[in-house]
Amino acid sequence: MTAEHYDRRATRRGFLIGAAQLAGGVGLVLALPVNDGRATPDTLQAAIRKITSEAPLQKGKVKLELPAMVENGNAVSIEVAVESPMTAADHVKAIHILNEKNPLPNVLSVQLGPRAGKATVATRIRLATTQQIMAVAEMSDGSFWFDTADIFVALAACQEDPG
Amino acid sequence: MTARTLVSVPKEARRGEVIAIKALISHDMETGFRYDNTGKPIPRDIITQFVCLYNGIEVFRAELHPAISANPFIAFYTVATESGKIEFKWNGDNGFSAAESVTIAIA
Repeated sequence: MTAEHYDRRATRRGFLIGAAQLAGGVGLVLALPVNDGRATPDTLQAAIRKITSEAPLQKGKVKLELPAMVENGNAVSIEVAVESPMTAADHVKAIHILNEKNPLPNVLSVQLGPRAGKATVATRIRLATTQQIMAVAEMSDGSFWFDTADIFVALAACQEDPG
Repeated sequence: MTARTLVSVPKEARRGEVIAIKALISHDMETGFRYDNTGKPIPRDIITQFVCLYNGIEVFRAELHPAISANPFIAFYTVATESGKIEFKWNGDNGFSAAESVTIAIA
């Protein structure tokens, strides 16, 4: 099957790039998309711009947790925790989960406030291939913070036959 | 259109306690990127929105995209402020809507 063949290539490429990136410092990748070596797709950049409205995006405060490797991309557990006192004066307004290589860049966007008590959200997501996942938090002071994580996907979602 | 829902909220909490809430709903979350056996695209059919209300006040809202797995699961936190009702509402494509509510007692 051509689809399967293509996928294997994509996965291997993703793995090699991922390995190279680990050596090169993962943190720089999204902060300096032009200087990257790995072309972060335009759609992801557009999605980020839509969230931040060109405001600076800083690394930190956000902790993105997901497995380093999954067998199957159909349901991958993911948790985003943002450091914040969650008071009326200083809280997280929104958390966005974005991906790099699925057909669409957005995964989940949540709105919360001081009543959340704790700025943590967890869900299960689909991944089309090995890629980088990104979480962006919007703070009440208007600043934006992010974290990224790489995940190796052995078998993609979107590949199975419809039930 | 009767989706099964499963929510987890503590029955009792101390005032001001940060409680964990988990919400699960049965739904295929058809992405719109798949094809059927005859090569025709299968139209998108997903849940697009999830809202949690605490005694009528919105405390959490989520916008879901096709990359959310089938049977969407969302876990989050809220501060237990007062006894009352916590409501969950899901809305989606093709007029999908589902709701669930639980009561919480504050000690």
